[in-house]
Amino acid sequence: MKSERPGTRSWPPFRTPRGMRRKSRGWTVAEIAAAWPALTRIALVINGKPESIDIAPWTTLLDVLRHHLGLTGAKKGCDYGQWGACTVLVDDRRTNSCLTLAIMMDGARVTTVEGLAEEATLHPVQAAFLEHDAFQRGYCTPGQICSAVGLIREGRAHAADQIRELKSGNICRCGAYPTSSRRFRRRCRRSKGGLSGEPLLLV
Amino acid sequence: MEVERPGRPVDINHLPLGKVEAHEGGLRIGALVTNSDLAYHPLVEARYPLLATAILAGASAQLRNMATTGGNLLQRTRCYYFYDPATPCNKRQPGIACSALEGINRIHAILGASEHCIATHPSDMCVALAALEAVVQVEGPAGARAIPFAEFHRLPGDTPRVDTNLVQGEIITAVDLPARGFAEHHADIQVRDRHSFAFALVLAAAVLEMDGDRIREARLALGGVAHKPWRDTEAEASLRGQPATEDVFRRMAEIVLTGARGWGHNTFKIELSRRVIVRALTQAAGLGRPSS
Repeated sequence: MKSERPGTRSWPPFRTPRGMRRKSRGWTVAEIAAAWPALTRIALVINGKPESIDIAPWTTLLDVLRHHLGLTGAKKGCDYGQWGACTVLVDDRRTNSCLTLAIMMDGARVTTVEGLAEEATLHPVQAAFLEHDAFQRGYCTPGQICSAVGLIREGRAHAADQIRELKSGNICRCGAYPTSSRRFRRRCRRSKGGLSGEPLLLV
Repeated sequence: MEVERPGRPVDINHLPLGKVEAHEGGLRIGALVTNSDLAYHPLVEARYPLLATAILAGASAQLRNMATTGGNLLQRTRCYYFYDPATPCNKRQPGIACSALEGINRIHAILGASEHCIATHPSDMCVALAALEAVVQVEGPAGARAIPFAEFHRLPGDTPRVDTNLVQGEIITAVDLPARGFAEHHADIQVRDRHSFAFALVLAAAVLEMDGDRIREARLALGGVAHKPWRDTEAEASLRGQPATEDVFRRMAEIVLTGARGWGHNTFKIELSRRVIVRALTQAAGLGRPSS
């Protein structure tokens, strides 16, 4: 870490700055504040609404959603891409928001589970989840729903085994897969000749 | 995690490396093309189905939407000890020790390992690229150069920290696929602990060029067994002019596995590899499933 003036510090900040030693009692607040890097402003369109956010470079998209914007639907499950509880749609593609650095997403369009419903009307996938009781504790559910919406848009799941394979990035610790899969197929059947742009799926 | 402490990460996503283009009869895949876009690209599906299958067998849909072609090549091993800074690892700290040698080594290498490291390369896609003899285009301060796929990744030797032959300051710009895609005779066989979203214990990508019932050319790349996608050109050459039969493929598998060594938990991989090799070649030849 070469620079000492705020706003020009190099990354990462967790290297001990020159002249500063890690003390047994830990760092003081002032020391931590002095080691903080400059924040960067990024623009995102979150659930259709433009947002301008100042973030540190290591901030993940998930942390922006949860901590900066208060959108706590996407969950921090494992924080390394196994679980899928953090799945959101970035420019309509299913993405693990915990593995996505927000600073790399400047200008992106992000849809979270909070943005799927149209006012008081649930998204059909959300409604199908309720109807089929497709969860127990529900921690994975926002990711499951966003992933299912993404999967329907991709239009590549045409049979039960394809749904299972293409949804394998969303793990459900309660094992609600059968109901989760059923509601997905039900949702697909309903979309037959239904919503424009959505694929016709055969089950 | 203290596994890596990069000094200054640079986001290269804005570089113009995101295209799949026709190139010298084959394809040039930009380093930033995502795994999803590549696997579902019409030219890849039609001409290089082996590659499409291998990509879709790996990771999850979410990860494939983010993962890039160049990034896939540069994946680090999934050795448990590499990611556990509480245990010694020569890849993290050269010269300290390899915890996997006498540890839990079920997922580790049986070919080309060294006493310093028995880690495996995790990529499914790279195994297909090895069989297709792709070429890696790189660019750095000293200019651009092309690296044949077989020479891109390294065996651990006494420098397990170094995974590839990229030099300091170089980046991958593209991966070139040669004209031949072996769409007629190919197979990608994977054995995993879980049906989906798991790294393969053993996988084999096989491509054949047939002349009637006889083999004109054969290539076989193995994954999950070594520090790089494993090819044995001598074993491949032994198939030339031979009839495509299970016996012939079994003899070939013996040659590939001549130097194989298990480390306890992973010794089963030797027999498993033998069967996966035979199955991949049998399927590539269009003979259905082998008898065992």
